[in-house]
Amino acid sequence: MRLLNRSAGRVSRLRRGPLAGLLVLLLGLMFTGALYSAFTPAQAEKASKSDDELIQEGRQLFLVGCSFCHGQNGEGITSQNGQYGPSLVGVGAASVDFQVGTGRMPMQQPGQQAATKDQAYSQDEVDALAAYVASLGPGPSIPDKAEYSLDNLSEDEQREAVVRGGQLFLTNCTACHNFDGSGGAMPEGKTAPSLKNTSDKHIYEAMLTGPQQMDVFSNGNIAPEDKAAIIAYLNSIEDNAGYGGFSLGGLGPVSEGMFAWILGIGGLVGFAYWIAAHSTRSEKTEHPEGTDA
Amino acid sequence: MTDHHDNLPAPVDEPIANPGLPAHEPRPTDVDKVAEKRAERQVATFFFLSMACAVLFVVAYYGISLTEESGDNTTFAGLGASHVALGVTLGLALMFIGIGIIQWARKLMADVEIAEMRHPVASSAADRVETLAALNDGLEESGIARRPLVRNSLLGAVGFVGIPLIVSFTDLGPVATPTVRRNTLEKTVWKEGTRVVRDVTGTPIKVEDLEIGDLMNCEPEGLVPVHSEEDEREGVEYLEGAELQSAKAKAALILLRMEPKDQTFSERSPENWSIHGIVAYSKICTHVGCPISLNEQQSHHLLCPCHQSTFDLADGGRVVFGPAARPLPQLPLTVEDGYLVAQSDFREPVGPSYWERDSK
Amino acid sequence: MSTESVATTNGKTAATAKKQGKGAKVVGWADDRLGLATVAKKNIRKIFPDHWSFMLGEIALWSFVVLLITGVFLTFWFKPSMGEIQYMGSYEQLKGVHMSEAMASTLDISFDVRGGLLMRQMHHWAAMLFIAAMLVHMARVFLTGAFRKPREVNWLIGGLLILLGIVEGFAGYSLPDDLLSGTGLRIAQGMMQATPVVGTYMSFFLFGGEFPGEIIIPRLYMIHILLVPALILALIGAHMLLLVYHKHTQWPGPGRTEENVVGFPMLPVYAAKAGGFFFIVFGMTALMGALMTINPVWKYGPYNPSQVTAGSQPDWYMGIAEGMLRIMPGWETHLWGLTLSWNVFIPGLMMPVVLLGLVLAWPFLEAWVTGDRREHHLLQRPREAPSRTAFLVAMMTLYGLLWAAGGNDVLAVLFHLNLNHITYFMRIGVFVIPVIVFFFVRRWCISLQRHDNEMLTHGYESGVINRSPEGGYSERHLPLSPDHAYRLTAGDRVKAIEESDAADANGVRGKGNTRRAKLSQALYGHDVDAPTAEEIEDGRRHLEHDLDHDDHHSADGHQYDGRHEVEGESLRGH
Repeated sequence: MRLLNRSAGRVSRLRRGPLAGLLVLLLGLMFTGALYSAFTPAQAEKASKSDDELIQEGRQLFLVGCSFCHGQNGEGITSQNGQYGPSLVGVGAASVDFQVGTGRMPMQQPGQQAATKDQAYSQDEVDALAAYVASLGPGPSIPDKAEYSLDNLSEDEQREAVVRGGQLFLTNCTACHNFDGSGGAMPEGKTAPSLKNTSDKHIYEAMLTGPQQMDVFSNGNIAPEDKAAIIAYLNSIEDNAGYGGFSLGGLGPVSEGMFAWILGIGGLVGFAYWIAAHSTRSEKTEHPEGTDA
Repeated sequence: MTDHHDNLPAPVDEPIANPGLPAHEPRPTDVDKVAEKRAERQVATFFFLSMACAVLFVVAYYGISLTEESGDNTTFAGLGASHVALGVTLGLALMFIGIGIIQWARKLMADVEIAEMRHPVASSAADRVETLAALNDGLEESGIARRPLVRNSLLGAVGFVGIPLIVSFTDLGPVATPTVRRNTLEKTVWKEGTRVVRDVTGTPIKVEDLEIGDLMNCEPEGLVPVHSEEDEREGVEYLEGAELQSAKAKAALILLRMEPKDQTFSERSPENWSIHGIVAYSKICTHVGCPISLNEQQSHHLLCPCHQSTFDLADGGRVVFGPAARPLPQLPLTVEDGYLVAQSDFREPVGPSYWERDSK
Repeated sequence: MSTESVATTNGKTAATAKKQGKGAKVVGWADDRLGLATVAKKNIRKIFPDHWSFMLGEIALWSFVVLLITGVFLTFWFKPSMGEIQYMGSYEQLKGVHMSEAMASTLDISFDVRGGLLMRQMHHWAAMLFIAAMLVHMARVFLTGAFRKPREVNWLIGGLLILLGIVEGFAGYSLPDDLLSGTGLRIAQGMMQATPVVGTYMSFFLFGGEFPGEIIIPRLYMIHILLVPALILALIGAHMLLLVYHKHTQWPGPGRTEENVVGFPMLPVYAAKAGGFFFIVFGMTALMGALMTINPVWKYGPYNPSQVTAGSQPDWYMGIAEGMLRIMPGWETHLWGLTLSWNVFIPGLMMPVVLLGLVLAWPFLEAWVTGDRREHHLLQRPREAPSRTAFLVAMMTLYGLLWAAGGNDVLAVLFHLNLNHITYFMRIGVFVIPVIVFFFVRRWCISLQRHDNEMLTHGYESGVINRSPEGGYSERHLPLSPDHAYRLTAGDRVKAIEESDAADANGVRGKGNTRRAKLSQALYGHDVDAPTAEEIEDGRRHLEHDLDHDDHHSADGHQYDGRHEVEGESLRGH
């Protein structure tokens, strides 16, 4: 029951190329994107404000967006079934900048872990909120760039700091965030997020304030220059070439095993199938001398 | 001995008679000179492509530098340029040979199926009889059955010779006698007055360094190398090499500061082992010994990344989940000269269980 | 049976010896000294049947060759020493860090030896493929019944090879002394230490004292490059010799019988296909090594007993032991000052031995239950032995579940699941799901057997729908081609032993025999027999009869496609 005529299954020459659909899709997407950017209002001009004004503005924003969970004065609310917003007295500006700046706050619903979302407030508004919360009680303030970068060190010192940062990272951070900073699982459905798309400032703030289930790594615990070293290490491995090829998600041996099975064994079995498959047959009969067709 | 009949292949029920091997159908390359030539060229093309890749490999080997000191273009599309170039050229060079050979076999080599008859796997009955007879003759001539003294003493000698062979492996490692265990498995470098220091940096820790919610990965002093001899503290032994690794594998410590009101004290974890909510636990899991430091600030649950045993550090290191069977050992803490120090060694062996462990 | 049409040569006359050419001279010289011509004459044109599933073992064989080649390259630079040195190589992020010479030389291979990283990654990928291919090959042998007499010994050798492959893989994984390999060794040591009675002794002997000590890597190096490879090589040799001696099994089909083997000769076709496949496997590993990072030790850093990373996993082949370790509840017994760690002992040591033992013992169990002591050279399709197929699929399910349990943290992150729930699910699932799968697959196979019988007796569904004058619709069935029909009937199906048959030759009904009959009934009682010759003949006549009454049209569907003249055109008119 062999198919004698292979060409019978061949498709018409008029059929579109396989890339045509993709091209149409891409064009459509580009068009939509262009329209969107054309109609988005430009960023409002930044105006400097005094501290008091900032705190006042922050309070207004707070009352609208945050007080439902955190209370009118940031004192925190505990309800009977345990859903609450913690007190914000003393959490400091750094905490607000991290939580709101990464889109974790405002939360969509109370839960054990706040998910990162698109930022709901502009950076100006975040600053205002941070100023207001900082006014509630002393706490860590938003770090300057000088604190979380190594720019003021010499090149040799920077190199040493990166190495030290790597050791600190492997000792303090990889247990949850993985050796590549690609995140890991925590109990009961919680996760340690990936660090790959987090800004230096937010990483620094996270260490400083210990958001949600993360431990605090206060300045007494890991000195500011060591925190900067950790951040520098993370940036350096991000900047490194993929020395061994594509990283396969940086998840360790589990993803490697999947690739070995799917690509490796899958591909080789495919080759085996081809090797053992019957090749095309001819309808012609065998000529002892083989005449020209 | 099995019935010889059993060695025949199983009879096959054949409700339909075997139609016999189908006639050979020729391939286009068998009957068409042009197709044959084309296939020949195709196969040769693969071999030439392989050669080209092999040449490119050599070019890449000498042409692309590996390290930044010796050249500039070490990356290609974000990947290691030398590595990827060598791998891809080598891979393709090999692949093309493989594909070429297979195409040769598929298109040009004779493809008439041939039948070969099987032979019975078992030897013939006559051979078996002969073999048995030879075996019997040999045994008979040796007299092994008739001379039990010789036979048994030989067996005894061979058995005894095995003992030196086994005994000579004793020095592979120390024999785990109770004394050896007491000085190894059941002991760490922690002792009264040993300072707790930060891992990696090696600095000692004051109570006020820790805020509520802080987690510190720590070691006993002496297990974090110091940069110069001036930094060494008197009376502390600074270990290195294998000794350091073995000591670290037992002494690594987790320091945690929590709200004192969250703590639950028990006989295992008395109040005077912690200071202002600061507790110290062994970092070595009681399951199979991974270092654990995935802590949840709010629940004080510490999770092991290897097998997910979870311990409650607010409650004497109690196991709340996973395969571990015993709580994490706690280190009694106190303050000396303003710095955190150990009151003593751990009160029980740290790390995984072992047969002789007296676990109450 | 008719085997006359089976070809015995390649259709061409044997090449007659021409004048003494150079080749003949070389052969003559060699044969004078080695006398190989007698052996070679039989084997140069030895027949191997051609089927893709027969090449799975080859993947394993060729990956092993790749392992040997790349492994030799690595030994030229690798220093199996745990002596501490300061790393001063090219990888910036670790420059100045103290580490073992093993780790430092691994980094040197990766960053300062041209092609070194490629060889390292190829070696690692080939190792993953080696064990995966052995398992796939084993599954093929199992599903087709190729392990039956006379091939049981080869089945055992294969099982040993898998075990050795895993040991070899684990030893290699531990050599670079990076964070993952050290963590893996720590776990292995913890498991060893938990062995009742002798655990502490074993651990102290292997590690030369306490973990990690400074001798384990040199010892593992010897095991990895000498002891285990030598054993693997010897067993592969035995495996192949037996394969050649037994001749390969083949699928039943026209011209293929229990007494012959039909296929292509070793020289040239099989040698070309196998040789070509070697290059493809080699090339594939090179491409994988080139493009896919495996075991980036530079990111893990040197082993430090107080560091750990999320995603600490063993290579995939240790996944099931890892999974069992993870889902085992924390049971431990403390008695008389002694500790018995069920939580480590059962999953780490007992279950792997039990599972491997069960699979290795299967040929003997099956032969005992079926009472089948005959040789088998024709393969069975998986559906022809439903209980066997179902058993393997159940085992594969168990394997998959445990594997998933071994990566539960990665699954939890990737699919936003609750880590603890996965563990609870697996604790029950590993017992329940394989059983469900067993019965499901067996039922499926039996249905497929029925379907085969249906096709034999009632023909295949042609896809042609007839409308009767009354307006009813029916699908036309057509008889199978003789080749196809033969292929469906030729496979032998296991028959259950009737309890009345269970008496032995002397008519004595032993207890064992009754039990055996019961087991046999339970395993094979539901299977469907192939139809008898009469049934098939009946069916064929019936089909012909139907066709005769069908306007004498050849029913290939063309008459209904609207382009051909059909009698009774008026029916289609509106």
